[in-house]
Amino acid sequence: MSATVQTLEAIERPPVSMGSRLEGELLEVSMGPQHPSTHGVFRMNVALEGEVVRKLKPVFGYLHRNHEKLGENMSYLGSMPYTDRLDYFCSMTNNWAYALSVEKLAGIKVPERAEYLRVILAELTRLQNHASLLGFLLNDMGAWGTPLMYAFREREKILDLFESLSGSRMMCDYMRFGGCRCDTPPGWMERAKQIVDRFPHFIDDLEQLVVGNEVVIGRTQNVGILSPDLAINAGIAGPMLRASGVNYDIRKVDGYGFYPRFKFRIPLGEHGDTYDRLMMRVLEMRESLSILKQAFEQIQPGPIMNPKVKIRAFRPPVGEAYGRIEGPKGELGFYLISDGGQNPYRYRVRPPSFVNLTVLEDLCLGHTVADVMVILGSVDIVMGEVDR
Amino acid sequence: MSGAQIAIVPNPGPAQQSSLLIDNEHAFAVARFLRDDPTLRLDFCSNVTGVDWLDRVVKKTVKMKRLVDGEEKEVDETTEEKIPGYLEAVYHLYSMTHKHGPVIIRIRTRDRGHPDLRRILMWDEFVDYPMRKDYREPDDYEWEPTPHDEVLEKAKRHYTQRPELDGAEKITAGGDALNR
Repeated sequence: MSATVQTLEAIERPPVSMGSRLEGELLEVSMGPQHPSTHGVFRMNVALEGEVVRKLKPVFGYLHRNHEKLGENMSYLGSMPYTDRLDYFCSMTNNWAYALSVEKLAGIKVPERAEYLRVILAELTRLQNHASLLGFLLNDMGAWGTPLMYAFREREKILDLFESLSGSRMMCDYMRFGGCRCDTPPGWMERAKQIVDRFPHFIDDLEQLVVGNEVVIGRTQNVGILSPDLAINAGIAGPMLRASGVNYDIRKVDGYGFYPRFKFRIPLGEHGDTYDRLMMRVLEMRESLSILKQAFEQIQPGPIMNPKVKIRAFRPPVGEAYGRIEGPKGELGFYLISDGGQNPYRYRVRPPSFVNLTVLEDLCLGHTVADVMVILGSVDIVMGEVDR
Repeated sequence: MSGAQIAIVPNPGPAQQSSLLIDNEHAFAVARFLRDDPTLRLDFCSNVTGVDWLDRVVKKTVKMKRLVDGEEKEVDETTEEKIPGYLEAVYHLYSMTHKHGPVIIRIRTRDRGHPDLRRILMWDEFVDYPMRKDYREPDDYEWEPTPHDEVLEKAKRHYTQRPELDGAEKITAGGDALNR
């Protein structure tokens, strides 16, 4: 006589096979537009089989305010404050991309000090954007509050710098065609240096928290894999593209501004999963710190505006130009057509968040609902830019 | 590629970013050649833009890059057509544009073969296309639910000049997204 011995675990949690599911029945769920983890008014129509995503359709447009139409109905200068509202985490880089496009359109040179200031502000923006993203991502994974507050503590220091320079923490409206609006106030550069010198401690802490954390690894590795072929074919840019192993950074490719004067590396991922996208931000912050330190050493006193530029009643010559920068989220470009008038004939924004979001379904298929939040968090979107 | 008409359109401005003008019949073949040719390999479609010129010639600008070992080339591909409706060339070649319906329909084109075309801008009854240059702001809705007198006259002037529609206005904002 033999007895079958079952473990307590087996009795309490019998294995669930695929055959026990109701095959063919999909549950449609509308996630968002009001949802705490969709990072704004973003909606996903999801078809679920149990917990598993079988179909996902992003729905855009809830924050649409026809930004491009507004741009075509006001002066070139008038659009500058509106660019702050695209990716409202990164107004400085938005300003730069727009200013760069207009400068290409009109053939405007920028003084050396202004170019250095632009690099400094762009890299500070990248730091605070990536820090915030990591905080939000950990928040989405269930580390409620603490990592985000740590990230925001660092971000606040940088926003204080922006405020003392431009008068506003987030809507900076700082750059102009041919330079910057005003020079740095006394002591600003020293404060910036102090913040940059202390920033590695935050990255070390964050890295220590993230790199070997069992929960983070379990939630992110092999989740939401983006193949390099799809990333290229879909026009993905920025850290998301590089996490898939594609070496493409506009700072290197275009060499706009003074980036060719700095030594920095382009981190690349190997697997293209959520973990790689997360680590890409950590590594990029270290490279940004390196650029900042070099910029602080190289920057010299001098004018910050090209005196030949006529800001008011500005009329660029007939023609068109596409200017782009490596924003914190990817390629941010402005395509402008001038008919010789005071307003652009065509004003088009190429937002990185929107394009990066178009592969969301490909990343989420086969994963669970809980994974969708983490994958979306790793894409790094701001709806002000997606919907425009 | 026999029969394809390709012209370089110089840019009169300081940017010096010239364009290629490609005839509509060969737009797809040329786009595929640019993407697949082993020496060019313009495999990265960075941006797709519609421009509405007042003479109703719609110009499409596609920024294409080559992402091989960090090397890059850039081509502006421009297609012109009296009646717009050629954008399937990029739909079928690049995943990005498969999901770019909202961008394109703002200009109003007859998009053939787009799998997921949507309007993102307005409520279902809204029929105009604000990104077109002949768009005029509605005269009546802000003041009167039922226009009369001066407002009615303005509304009549507005609607008589509305461009002929092509059916795309019936597409609604993502309402049927799961059933395509």
